Amino acid sequence: MTRMRIALVAAAAAATLAFAGCASGGGGEAEESAEPAPTFEAGTTMAALQEAGEITIGTKFDQPLFGLVGPSGDPEGFDVEIGKIIASELGIDEENINWTETVSANREPFIEGGQVDLVVATYTINDKRKEVVSFAGPYYEAGQSILVLADNDDIKSEEDLVGQPVCSVTGSTPAANLKELGAEVLETDTYSNCLEPLRQGDVVAVSTDNVILAGLVAQNEGEFKVVGEPFTEEPYGIGVKLDDTDFRMFINDVLEEAYEDGRYEEAWNSTAGTVLPFADPPAVDRY
Amino acid sequence: MDVVIANLPLYLQGFSVTLLLLAVGGVGALVLGTLIAAMRISPIATLRVIATVYTEIIRNTPLTLVVIFCAIILPILGSDLSFLVSGMIALAVYTSPFIAEALRSGINGVPVGQAEAARSLGLGFGLTVSMIVLPQAFRMTIPPLINVFIALTKNTSVVGGVGFVSELFGVGRTLANANGDAVIAILVGIAFFYLIVTVPLGLLATQLERKWVVQR
Amino acid sequence: MSGASVLFDAPGPKARRLSRIFSVVTAVLVVAGLGWVVATLNAPRESGGITLPGMFDPSRWDIVQDPEMWGFIFSVGVWGTLRAAIVAAVLAIALGIVLSLLRSSTIAWVRIPTAVLIEFFRGMPVLLMMLFILLVAGTGQYWAVVSALAIYNGALIGEALRAGLVALPRGQREAALSVGMRPLQSKMLVEFPQAFRQMLPIIVAQLVVLLKDTSLAYIVGYPELLRVTLNNLGSFYGNRYLFTLWCIAFVLYLAMNLSLSWFARWLSRRTDRRYHPGKAGPRPDDPSQALLLADATAEASESARGPLR
Repeated sequence: MTRMRIALVAAAAAATLAFAGCASGGGGEAEESAEPAPTFEAGTTMAALQEAGEITIGTKFDQPLFGLVGPSGDPEGFDVEIGKIIASELGIDEENINWTETVSANREPFIEGGQVDLVVATYTINDKRKEVVSFAGPYYEAGQSILVLADNDDIKSEEDLVGQPVCSVTGSTPAANLKELGAEVLETDTYSNCLEPLRQGDVVAVSTDNVILAGLVAQNEGEFKVVGEPFTEEPYGIGVKLDDTDFRMFINDVLEEAYEDGRYEEAWNSTAGTVLPFADPPAVDRY
Repeated sequence: MDVVIANLPLYLQGFSVTLLLLAVGGVGALVLGTLIAAMRISPIATLRVIATVYTEIIRNTPLTLVVIFCAIILPILGSDLSFLVSGMIALAVYTSPFIAEALRSGINGVPVGQAEAARSLGLGFGLTVSMIVLPQAFRMTIPPLINVFIALTKNTSVVGGVGFVSELFGVGRTLANANGDAVIAILVGIAFFYLIVTVPLGLLATQLERKWVVQR
Repeated sequence: MSGASVLFDAPGPKARRLSRIFSVVTAVLVVAGLGWVVATLNAPRESGGITLPGMFDPSRWDIVQDPEMWGFIFSVGVWGTLRAAIVAAVLAIALGIVLSLLRSSTIAWVRIPTAVLIEFFRGMPVLLMMLFILLVAGTGQYWAVVSALAIYNGALIGEALRAGLVALPRGQREAALSVGMRPLQSKMLVEFPQAFRQMLPIIVAQLVVLLKDTSLAYIVGYPELLRVTLNNLGSFYGNRYLFTLWCIAFVLYLAMNLSLSWFARWLSRRTDRRYHPGKAGPRPDDPSQALLLADATAEASESARGPLR
């Protein structure tokens, strides 16, 4: 690792010299091809990635609208688009992005162990996670919401879930929130496993981030609906190695640029925007 | 270590669910497995075929698929069971061919002469099996059966992995997700609870099997 | 007790007729039961105010016409499963060889820790091992899956090989030593190859277990058959195809495992004939039972004549 880093630093330094004088990356151009190669300070993660010419991004593979792999094998969704924007700012083409599936259990270990360079995977920023990884963003503000059968009029808000059986995913933040709320939580491996118990009446609702629920509603036309207002705030962040402040700040810059120049909105509209309304992006948190 | 102690009630709760799955799943498997073994040696061809097909299918299907079947597809068929019970059913079904196999190897250990003698005394199929063969087979069946139960103990984790049932492994996963800084301690704690069931059982099985081999 | 035929009389005409009637009745009952299952699954259901089509409705099966889906299932799912299983199998056998040699060492402080280690690995759920390796060793999904499977099955294969070593006639080793071979030479060149061939059926049967256990890899998000069908494609095509995808996964697993099982059995019959001519001794189909038997035989003969030196 160390040896590799030294080599990369040296190479990156050379690259920096070669490109001295060029304008630094981004600058508002939407077309990647016309963009001059950005330069980064030697020794930073950005320089190393740019030099390597490829990046490994962790995302979900089974999350409609955000990160989903279909039979084509390429992941698609809003998280994936955000990942592509970051990669392009590093001068890395789409085809040089290695997508790796991260599930809830392996996001932190993968960042810590260096299996991925960054994680964009409907990844809620919270204090406990901040102890092990650093977060850029947030780039989207989700909120926990409630999914019920379309003909259910008994449940209108989270207060109606108290003491009721509700399905969510094992060990997830929504599951913990539900327990705190006083609901009887049924935990399973994936959200799609929750739908059959909901049909059968084993649970009265499925509860997790509104954007995930929106995906489930869209895929099962007319059968389910989302009720009430989101009752938690789930700011989605981009996970990077703990204390890699340069990289975190770089991603924050990229996000702000993308907010400005419309790439963010474009990314949204082509993915999650087909089902969900566009919301103004949250301000990034440069902690 | 602190995490384990702080969450000891959760651990014990998960462990008790694991033991419950083990006990009820085990008894269910014993009943089903005996039935399968009996069908396999019965004189009625259809029963033999059914038992063989059942054994082949179940033994070549991953437990994960069986668990998902019981949790998600059984309700469509109209079952109104809790997920704990469907987990038990999955374990019982999955384990039953292995029980049948253990019984079969026990029955095969009874010398043919025993059955021949019984038959020559005029005992029929039922009496020969129930009075002569099974009582002798039973003793020799104990070690292989223990072996099956060890596997069953470990397999209960799959039920928790797929979910709906919060047993030891499920508890471990939840805790590991919630405490990213103490994953090792949490998982070692989980492993400990499995090992206090499986290791003594394993030693017992080898001990008994050894005695039986010597006697033979 | 081989051959159940001794248990009942050769049936007379009456018994034969009775048995035939009973056979037919059971067959009818089973077919009726299966028919009921299919009919129930195929019944449309009311849910959330709309009617869902039955499980065998064409609208739930249209994806099977999509060649891209099959390409994905095979190139990612089946290949992911096989890729993990094959490498894990090779490593498990290698580990098994090492463990069996250490376990049958004459030096107590090598033999005893190995035995403890083997007991430890045998008692752990594979699922837990995968998660542990993933979270603690930081190896990535593929190696977490492969190493957990290799360690667990390696421990079992090691036990099988050790049993095979002990079960060899003592003369093999004595002859090797008497022609001037060193103990290690004798073990590697004379005893081990024989033990390996004897235990091959058990080992192959254990590999069927290994192949089946790759499905546990869904827990760490490794893309294998189960995860690809039920999670990825299940999310892509939507929940309405869950049953369809379950059926596809089921059939594919069955096909892979049955072929390997049949191979194991064929191998077992073949080696049985070669090594135990005339003695059609029953060999348990289940590798863990065969292992227990071999293990106990080994230990019994070991204690009867003292460990091999």
